[in-house]
Amino acid sequence: MAIAAVPRPSLFRRPRATTGLASWFTTVDHKRIGILYGVTAFIFFLLGGIEALLLRVQLAGPEGTFLDADTYNQVFTMHGLTMIFLVVMPLSSAFFNYLIPLQIGARDVAFPRLNAFSYWVFVLGGIFLYSSFFLGGAPNGGWFGYAPLSSAQPEVGLLPGTGMTFYALGLQILGVASLASAVNFIVTILNERAPGMSLMRVPVFTWMTLVVSFLLLFAMPVIAIALFELGFDRLFGTVFFSPDAGGDALLWQHLFWLFGHPEVYILILPAMGIVSEVLPAFSRKPLFGYAAVVFSGIAIGFMGWGVWAHHMFTTGLGPVANTAFALSTMFIAVPTGVKIFNWLGTMWGGSIRFATPMLFSIGFVAMFIIGGLSGVTHAIVPSDFQQQDTYYIVAHFHYVLFGGAIFGLFSGAYYWLPKVTGRMLDEGLGKIHFWLMLIGFNLTFLPMHWLGLQGMPRRYYTYPEEAGWGFWNFVETVGSFIIAASILVFMINLVWSLSRGREAGADPWDARTLEWSIPSPPPHYNFDEVPVVRHRDELWHRKYAEDERGRPVPVVAGAAEEEHAAEEGHHDIHMPDPSYFPFLAALGLPVIMYGLIYFWPASIVGALITMAGLFGWSLEPVAED
Amino acid sequence: MVILGLLLAACTGQLPYNSLDPAGPVARKQADLYWLVFWIAAGVFVLVEGLLVYAMIRFRRRSADDTPRQIHGNTRLEIMWTILPALLLAGVAVPTVGTIFDLATRPEGEVLEVNVTGNQWWWEVEYPDLGLITANEVHVPAGRPVAINLTSRDVIHSFSVPRLAGKQDLVPGRTNTIYMEAARPGTYLGLCKEYCGLSHANMRFRVIAQEPTEFDEWVEAQREEAAVPPSGSLEAEGLEYFSTGQCIGCHTVRGVETAVGRVGPDLTHLAARGTFAGAIFDLNEENLTRWLEDAPAVKPGAKMPSGLRDMGLTEDQIEAMVAYLLSLE
Amino acid sequence: MAGDVVHVPHTATGLDNRKLGMWAFLGSECLFFGSLIATYLLYRGRSIQGPFPGDVYDIPYTSVSSFVLLMSSLTMVLALHAIQRGDHRRLRAWLLATALLGITFVGGQVFEFTVFVREGLTLSRNLFGSSFFVLTGFHGAHVTMGILMLLTLYGMSLTGRLPAERALRVELVGLYWHFVDIVWIVIFTVVYLIPT
Repeated sequence: MAIAAVPRPSLFRRPRATTGLASWFTTVDHKRIGILYGVTAFIFFLLGGIEALLLRVQLAGPEGTFLDADTYNQVFTMHGLTMIFLVVMPLSSAFFNYLIPLQIGARDVAFPRLNAFSYWVFVLGGIFLYSSFFLGGAPNGGWFGYAPLSSAQPEVGLLPGTGMTFYALGLQILGVASLASAVNFIVTILNERAPGMSLMRVPVFTWMTLVVSFLLLFAMPVIAIALFELGFDRLFGTVFFSPDAGGDALLWQHLFWLFGHPEVYILILPAMGIVSEVLPAFSRKPLFGYAAVVFSGIAIGFMGWGVWAHHMFTTGLGPVANTAFALSTMFIAVPTGVKIFNWLGTMWGGSIRFATPMLFSIGFVAMFIIGGLSGVTHAIVPSDFQQQDTYYIVAHFHYVLFGGAIFGLFSGAYYWLPKVTGRMLDEGLGKIHFWLMLIGFNLTFLPMHWLGLQGMPRRYYTYPEEAGWGFWNFVETVGSFIIAASILVFMINLVWSLSRGREAGADPWDARTLEWSIPSPPPHYNFDEVPVVRHRDELWHRKYAEDERGRPVPVVAGAAEEEHAAEEGHHDIHMPDPSYFPFLAALGLPVIMYGLIYFWPASIVGALITMAGLFGWSLEPVAED
Repeated sequence: MVILGLLLAACTGQLPYNSLDPAGPVARKQADLYWLVFWIAAGVFVLVEGLLVYAMIRFRRRSADDTPRQIHGNTRLEIMWTILPALLLAGVAVPTVGTIFDLATRPEGEVLEVNVTGNQWWWEVEYPDLGLITANEVHVPAGRPVAINLTSRDVIHSFSVPRLAGKQDLVPGRTNTIYMEAARPGTYLGLCKEYCGLSHANMRFRVIAQEPTEFDEWVEAQREEAAVPPSGSLEAEGLEYFSTGQCIGCHTVRGVETAVGRVGPDLTHLAARGTFAGAIFDLNEENLTRWLEDAPAVKPGAKMPSGLRDMGLTEDQIEAMVAYLLSLE
Repeated sequence: MAGDVVHVPHTATGLDNRKLGMWAFLGSECLFFGSLIATYLLYRGRSIQGPFPGDVYDIPYTSVSSFVLLMSSLTMVLALHAIQRGDHRRLRAWLLATALLGITFVGGQVFEFTVFVREGLTLSRNLFGSSFFVLTGFHGAHVTMGILMLLTLYGMSLTGRLPAERALRVELVGLYWHFVDIVWIVIFTVVYLIPT
């Protein structure tokens, strides 16, 4: 073959090792990348949680002096940025990465090296963002970075420090990771499904991943442009958001929220997908209305593009625009409600087992109902004039993002960690985690509803005694420490289970989807043979048939693949080789950004590093071509 | 829960920023609409959470070989729980849209015009038809509608008096308008509700609603030029330092020729205001002294330089200037 | 056809992964350029001080460079056709032609921008300067990356690393190149041709 005849420089020889520390830098295995995402995102979760505790200590009483104004502003900005971009999104990615190929019967994602690249860009972006604490101050303009406060050049002094430059550049880096991921999962889900797995047989979690990937694909470029315009205003003196030059401060808001609203569906749909898997497994019933849940997810994906200005009701858009967005916002509650009713329908008539994953999924449903309802109240524009920028809003989004997304992600963690590690987590500790977290969460965020209605604004580093907000703020602070305690319980459980947990086996939950048909942990090639799919909930149908009354009856011969097959000679399944180049390509990005801030020749060097990475990536040998 | 919270809070003291204790027609319409939607939402909450709790109890697994019927959905239910919430929302939309347009419509009658310009971190308040400028206080005649035109000189701020009306943003380069009316005389507290930098939490203001005659008296007093202190007094000494020092670069005192700066608040009738520095300090000798000594130390990021460190003032000079400022009724 | 080796992808949609991936990426690029164009359109006519578009645009000049870019799409199609027929010499010729036309376009843009700057239109001068240069600058950067990819393909073909079985790579670069060309047509129409 012509290919083999060309002498290959050793630079391009692919590494072969799949064990050892170095192998983690070159891995392209979706399962290992999923673990990397999960561990990294969890570390950021702890950082974001500490930031939250710092805020809560400062707000525990009126006129607190624990944090000064500048520090407080940096901490609340980083708390938001961390939780959204460095925790919920990558935790969702962890699940996408680990599970999608397993759920669709594939051996890996469509672009394994692009997958690794996404992870490394994420980590380096997070480090870049956090390095700002040591380099003149972290971003301090809020995660939403409204112009012109955020876009003025540092010398103008509207905000102290250079943190918002780190914001503009850091989020760009993270955006690259998300975009690459989106392309990867769209192609994987559309192209790599096992034979017989039509789109209407795909697990709901996979469907939600597909919708989220399309949302990312189209939303990330919008924030990229917004951030370029913001960054250029700060670095190069462009006037996109400069009122003196006629720039429109609201342009930033429109661009930001055009991204920002789809972003919140990006944050919640994966958790909804998880809940749609866990509830059926622990109710021993299929998801009530698969098509309804799938189509409502697609509907939310579309409708999510038409509500963005509900974040801007008080900016003076006028009654016509406000009405239009009030209506679109109210109606997006309909597909959301469809999901909730379908989840209820799943449990209804089932045989519910309250294992820890189930507790967290039920917690999701319960908390999301509250968050969803408070969201509908925001759509009532005149009332939003009282709610906007108060703690009422903070209550809403924590109910949907913490009570919703985080609870959902923990549900997924307890459900799927046995598959990843081969060990069960302790049920007792899991239940303690759940109850502590539920109580702490509600204690922290429920009072925020009435604090907001009592006028307490967001982003205030302190508040006066006369406002009458002190009592409930104190209660909230106590609640936040209870949440912290619950996280400690989880960490203890995790560490304990890794060495002492009961062996999980392939299918500890008697579940319904294909990932439970292979050993725990799975072999590196996932499936001995690519499965042929004949049903939705394929695994369930291999295990059970339905009698005349629709009740499951065990099938005698059907079962999960035999576990010992992993030890037999399946070494002829060739998986993609590891590669250095995704890491190298990722490495250049923060170098470019540091260069833009400090020393522009470094940006050239960074660009060259990334180019070298990209060249190596495209020129190195691939097993199949 | 909300009611419980409010009751508890009411027991512990006043709630000056409470949007559910409206003191004017705009806030009342907003509160009424909120309560309508709240009770509907509460009903939905009880229903859905109730079903959830019921399902958890009724359908919990009783034995290891509990095998429930494998239901694959019900189209009629899907249609029903799509249509019914949509209808409910459509019902809620009607008063919502009505109120949106109602609140956006200029009120009938003699509307008082006020122009408020936001600055980091204080409010310039101008009465264009009455020819007066003040800061951090909006006086209005009780029972008369007011149109407040909002803009900003620097970043986005937001004008919010919860007991009278919700908030509207002050966006540089645009003018937004908020209408409100105080039903009865009283003092209503307001604050900035759009993150605007270091001292966002220190940008408050007060709306003081007065009987119409008292309001007219206030207008008359505000229109006059600044009080001239008797010569030889401490206040006169303070005026001397004020009018020849750096103060005039930022502040206006009508009657003092050199003092025409507009970077900081108009001080012509400072002492008639009960608070200062964005309504965060009571106006008294002690607070004014600390402010002149080192404003940034007591209000993070304050643009006013420190008297002692940056402007080279002595304690005596400050004492005189404080006396002068306190004389500006 | 002889030499027309088509790699049959084993995928659920029938489309090769990389082709599907490129289409997805180009979809996101639509939003990327769309946001930039939206910014430009929002700020059209709102600059407080000049120079204004009418003061600096040289439509005949830009028409020529637009034509050059348009022609490069033609040569790109010819390059793909060549490799699909197994004609590697023509492949390289057309790849090089495409790259050279692209370089001419970018060179023309650089020259045009230096003229504008000399006439007082800079990035920070006014809304027109900011939105114009950022929009066309990003487009030019995309063209430049395309040129790098074309030259890479040229080099690969020269060293025997681009056999007919790998025609997909040329097709993918072609997809990207045509997209960048279409974006330019939109920019040229909306920014240059349609008067304020």
